[in-house]
Amino acid sequence: MATTETAPAAPKGRAAAQDRSDGGTKAFNRLAATCVTLFALIWLVPFLWALITSLRPNEEIAANPTTPWSDNWNFDAYSYAWNSSPMGWWYVNSFIISTLAVIFAVVVCSMVAFALVNLNFRGKYVVFAVILAGLMLPTEALVLPQFMEFRALNLLGTYWAVILPGVALPVAVFVFHSFIKAIPDSLIEAARLDGASWARIYYQVVMPLCRPAISAVAILTFITSWNAFLWPLLVLTQTKSQTIPVGLQGLIGGAAIQYAETMASAVLGILPLLAVFLILQRQIAQGVANTGIK
Amino acid sequence: MTTSAMALPARDVDTTTSAPPKDGSTRGGQNKAGWIFATPFLVLYLAFLIGPVLIGIVISLFNTTTVQSGLGSFVGLSNYADVLTSGDFWASMWHSVLFTLLTAPLLVLLPLVFAILASRMARAQWFYRLAFFAPYVVPSSAVCLIFAFMYTPETGLITNAFGWVGLTAPDFFGSTSGAWFAVVLLTVWWTFGFNFILYTAAIQEISEEVYEAAAIDGAGPWQQIKAITVPLLRPTMSLVLILTVLASLKVFDQIFILLAGGPNYSTRPVIQYIYDTGFTSYRGGYAAAATMVYFVTLVLVSVVWLLARRRFNTNPANA
Repeated sequence: MATTETAPAAPKGRAAAQDRSDGGTKAFNRLAATCVTLFALIWLVPFLWALITSLRPNEEIAANPTTPWSDNWNFDAYSYAWNSSPMGWWYVNSFIISTLAVIFAVVVCSMVAFALVNLNFRGKYVVFAVILAGLMLPTEALVLPQFMEFRALNLLGTYWAVILPGVALPVAVFVFHSFIKAIPDSLIEAARLDGASWARIYYQVVMPLCRPAISAVAILTFITSWNAFLWPLLVLTQTKSQTIPVGLQGLIGGAAIQYAETMASAVLGILPLLAVFLILQRQIAQGVANTGIK
Repeated sequence: MTTSAMALPARDVDTTTSAPPKDGSTRGGQNKAGWIFATPFLVLYLAFLIGPVLIGIVISLFNTTTVQSGLGSFVGLSNYADVLTSGDFWASMWHSVLFTLLTAPLLVLLPLVFAILASRMARAQWFYRLAFFAPYVVPSSAVCLIFAFMYTPETGLITNAFGWVGLTAPDFFGSTSGAWFAVVLLTVWWTFGFNFILYTAAIQEISEEVYEAAAIDGAGPWQQIKAITVPLLRPTMSLVLILTVLASLKVFDQIFILLAGGPNYSTRPVIQYIYDTGFTSYRGGYAAAATMVYFVTLVLVSVVWLLARRRFNTNPANA
């Protein structure tokens, strides 16, 4: 960020330090750096600890539980963890469910946002108010009636039961709404004059212009859907049809002596999203900031 | 609502004058297109967000069981009377509130402090974002697996860390206070990054010039933080507070997975109470009544916050 700007607009604090390069400011900045860095390193400990433990033999862990070193690093725990539980199925289920949830959420929420911004339809303001009210509905609290509803619909145990409740997201509508509103009216009008239908305007003019909103909604929906716990736990009862968080939960309180295997399972459960996060760090942070603030 | 009623005609005039005056089908066309675009969302929204609310209200008036379909017999408000006089229900409500009281101050203030300190760093911003935010993308059960291992009596890393600084670790799974400590520490580690990102984004919005002016006036770093950064972050703090409070009141995963609400139900949050009564004891109607009481509480919290914010925002002192 700062590097693209001109010289005087150096990063915060730095400018002050240059103007008044007195000892106080410098000492303060150094102290701040030390504090934050130390804290950040502590934050990484659970990850590193799980990784280290998963690569050590169990006898060694039992003998020296707090030594972060091994004379015999190995991947045995991973093959055991992979083979002893249907981890592959859990990956597949999680992936299908999260991907479908993302596609549906992006399409459905952007469509209604487009209608709210660009189309004058009767009842528009009622629709808007209803969605706004939805921001305050704590849907996670409603698992019991939701369960009864899906049982009545005969959808329990299917992907649909997990996907459908997470598609109509009021927050996502408002993220799209604010983006679409920023698109100049003249663009839409020009397209109308060319005889474009509303459907064409939606997917050829509006959607390409709200890519940042699409990525924000897609990323956050994916994370939420991937990490959802209670609802999939209630709905997906067969071991093979479970998602990663629900499946991993079954390993807690299992064989207490299989430290390495348990940690290997945890690492395997963390990996996919952590990889996504490492690749899309900036976009994810941006997405959280956009959604949270609006 | 009044504003929308007034805005409607104004918008109509606008479209009829500026839009191509094709053949009058424009308005009708827009009406039809608008509903076509809105329908998929509205169907899903009504079916799976509003639907459960209505179903919950209906079920709460019957002695429905969760094992078989059908409503059972109508019992009026007696489920509500049972819920509101149940000691277990209020204990679980209190546990959710206690969890909120224990975590919210840490999750509102600690990320603020570290976001301010990190923003003074010229480089390595990506490193802080990575370290603090990475836990947020980890599923709750993986977090619990790792922390359960670190909390293991005698051999766990955290248990031993207490010994290194000369303290005795509490019994994380056997005592109520130890269990709360375990869950709070886990939660702070897990969700700290989300608030950190919100603060960091808000700090980046503050103009550089304000700081430069302050520095020229001789304000030191501590004075800059106190007089500029913190006051300008107040709206963000209020947002972070309500998001954290609402999320904490809905706590379930960590307590359920790590402790199963134990020891002896002393940490069981209200969602687990609903889960236990509804899905383990199959008392659907009763659990639905508990759901509705809890649901209304959460909605009230949001409404109070909204009203407070509106009041605060109309105050001209707030920039």
